[in-house]
Amino acid sequence: MQTLIKNGRVIDPANQLDGSFDILINNGKIEAIEPQGKISGSKDVPVIDAKNCVVAPGFCDMHVHFREPGHEYKETIETGSASAAAGGFSTVAVMPNTSPVNDNRSITELIFSQARKTNLINVFPIGAITKGLKGESLSDMGELKEAGCIGYSDDGRPVMDSELMRRAFEYSRMFDLPCIQHSEILDLTHEGCMNEGIVSTELGLKGMPVEAEDIMVFRDICLLRKTGGRLHVAHISSGGAVDLVRQAKAKGLPVTCEVAPHHFTLTEEACRNYDTNAKMSPPLRTHEDLELIKEGLRDGTIDIIATDHAPHDVADKQMEFSKACFGIVGLETALPLTLKMVDEKVITLQKAVDLLTHQPCRLFNLDKGSLGVGRDADIVIFNPKTQYTIEPEKFKSRSKNSPYKGWKVRGKVLHTLVAGKTVYSASNE
Amino acid sequence: MALSTKNILGTKELTKDDIQQILDTADSFKEVSTRAIKKVPALRGKTIINLFFEPSTRTRTSFEIAGKRLSADVINISGSTSSTVKGENLIDTARNLEAMSPDIMVIRHHCSGAAELLSQFVDSPIINAGDGSHEHPSQALLDLLTIRSHKGDLEGLKVAIVGDINHSRVARSNIRAMQTMGMKVRVVGPPPLIPVEMERLGVEVSHNLTEAIKDVDVIMVLRIQLERQNQGLLSSLREYSNYFCLTSESLAHTRDDLLIIHPGPVNRGIEIALDVMEGPRSLILNQVTNGVAVRMALFYLLLGEKNANPN
Repeated sequence: MQTLIKNGRVIDPANQLDGSFDILINNGKIEAIEPQGKISGSKDVPVIDAKNCVVAPGFCDMHVHFREPGHEYKETIETGSASAAAGGFSTVAVMPNTSPVNDNRSITELIFSQARKTNLINVFPIGAITKGLKGESLSDMGELKEAGCIGYSDDGRPVMDSELMRRAFEYSRMFDLPCIQHSEILDLTHEGCMNEGIVSTELGLKGMPVEAEDIMVFRDICLLRKTGGRLHVAHISSGGAVDLVRQAKAKGLPVTCEVAPHHFTLTEEACRNYDTNAKMSPPLRTHEDLELIKEGLRDGTIDIIATDHAPHDVADKQMEFSKACFGIVGLETALPLTLKMVDEKVITLQKAVDLLTHQPCRLFNLDKGSLGVGRDADIVIFNPKTQYTIEPEKFKSRSKNSPYKGWKVRGKVLHTLVAGKTVYSASNE
Repeated sequence: MALSTKNILGTKELTKDDIQQILDTADSFKEVSTRAIKKVPALRGKTIINLFFEPSTRTRTSFEIAGKRLSADVINISGSTSSTVKGENLIDTARNLEAMSPDIMVIRHHCSGAAELLSQFVDSPIINAGDGSHEHPSQALLDLLTIRSHKGDLEGLKVAIVGDINHSRVARSNIRAMQTMGMKVRVVGPPPLIPVEMERLGVEVSHNLTEAIKDVDVIMVLRIQLERQNQGLLSSLREYSNYFCLTSESLAHTRDDLLIIHPGPVNRGIEIALDVMEGPRSLILNQVTNGVAVRMALFYLLLGEKNANPN
């Protein structure tokens, strides 16, 4: 079974490739990448015409919540995978804050098994740092790795106990997987529901000060300096935290971080009118933070883009702001929002692709995110110029919570392939 | 002339003309409450629902009396008797009430933004009777009515608001309304009770009561809540009183024509001394009286003006 992708601009940062190439897929693998017109397949090979489009490795999102098991009314591995495919993602890592929590082999295996049944995209589980995400005792990190987990996180809940976090860094060294921290000192954010600042003051909402993030990032960097191991800071939102990561990197510490598109496109202002779709954790910050995040993207302090895809049913969002759930459907708006950074000349188009493909796979040691000959044909084809209006009601995700409704954006996914199979095609919509 | 807004969610949305019109209308309604038969037919046949999810005596009664003096049918629903205790959410409760065709809904709720949320799901006009720490517009309007009736004009007056600004919807509504009317506002309290970036709202911030009240025309004292002590925002009520209780000593260097107001309920001896509360400059009961007139004005302007006669 062959497919030929013709006439596109291939961007493959892993192989420093950017130019006009055709790609031949055979039996789910990339068989050849040659300058345009050089591949002479037989006449009956199906052709995907990628004229005016970018052809890149399928995007890889190292931070999503697919809610299964436990909260299938918000999302399942099947609906989450469809959402990913529609957003151009061929690989995701799912966070362990399911019910029950992914802190043991049987849940990890369940996730793999559901993903196999769905058979759309590559799903890699992240295991819990602590049993039940309770922050009391370490999970069996060895068992989780053997079962297939690619990192450890208590995401949604920070590991508040510094002694326990120290042991987590130490123990995880044995398995060479990163600890992904949701950095938030809970004592400072108790009952908080948005960034603390002028908007929370005006709305009379309890704020979450940016220092809650900075302090925990700093604490973890200090611990890491002592213990070794690897720290990956999840969804960085504070300009101060970006600077802490920058300094740690300068000292050669194994610290990396990710940013979610909403933290470089929205500020606390989006919470005015009590729009619960703008309620995130970490919260949308100030304009100054936004600029410092962009600086972090520009100078490479921020390693990857990850969406923190957090679907919530209407019933969990359509309510009083202080009671509503935190989070946003991220997968289906990630590309246009990232391309906004290209339009604003914060990063180049090649860098944007790099942040969504090669870099995440490099950090998490995944054999994905690259177009080399012989590799799985995980490919996204997108037109970076196509303009359209974001319509959350058309999302493939089971949930529609997005503050981007009505935004006019550029950059549309036309085709997503996983192992050579089309898992999303805009022409079927 | 109609108000510029369909709902009264906050003073933030009210223009200077709106506020003037509400105060003028309230002035004209004051007289109704002094009659032997305290009723006018303005809202006969109209239904008002008071939906109170938080305990309230003064405000709920004031809205109820205001509706009844305009001849409206007033229904009171309190949090403990509503279906929300059975797990029904705010929006469903409101939609069900809406299905019985009320003409206006008054809501008090412990969550900031609750009134605005409600307004997105029901068609009847909404009056916010206090949402979390956000706004309590009818309180600010009755405060302005009280000040105006003693000072004649609001423009240029200086006001000090003393107490727990952080958790106060009364303070937020007053700051916005007073600024709209050309008044200058200073907030006074210990730093943990002043919200961050307060200066960006165009108010002065002070932590020294005696200094802060020297040149003001009006002092608004806010109720201090006991639970702030347990939240670590106050060391003790005793120490709070030492620095921020309005006493005759702290008033020694203030203007002769100073007015003192308080939204109630008062913690006697904690935020205000008994003799000050009952002294000649205190307008606390006057505020309560004016509350009825202001709420009559709000009902009338939102509902009755088109098809009724205030007399």
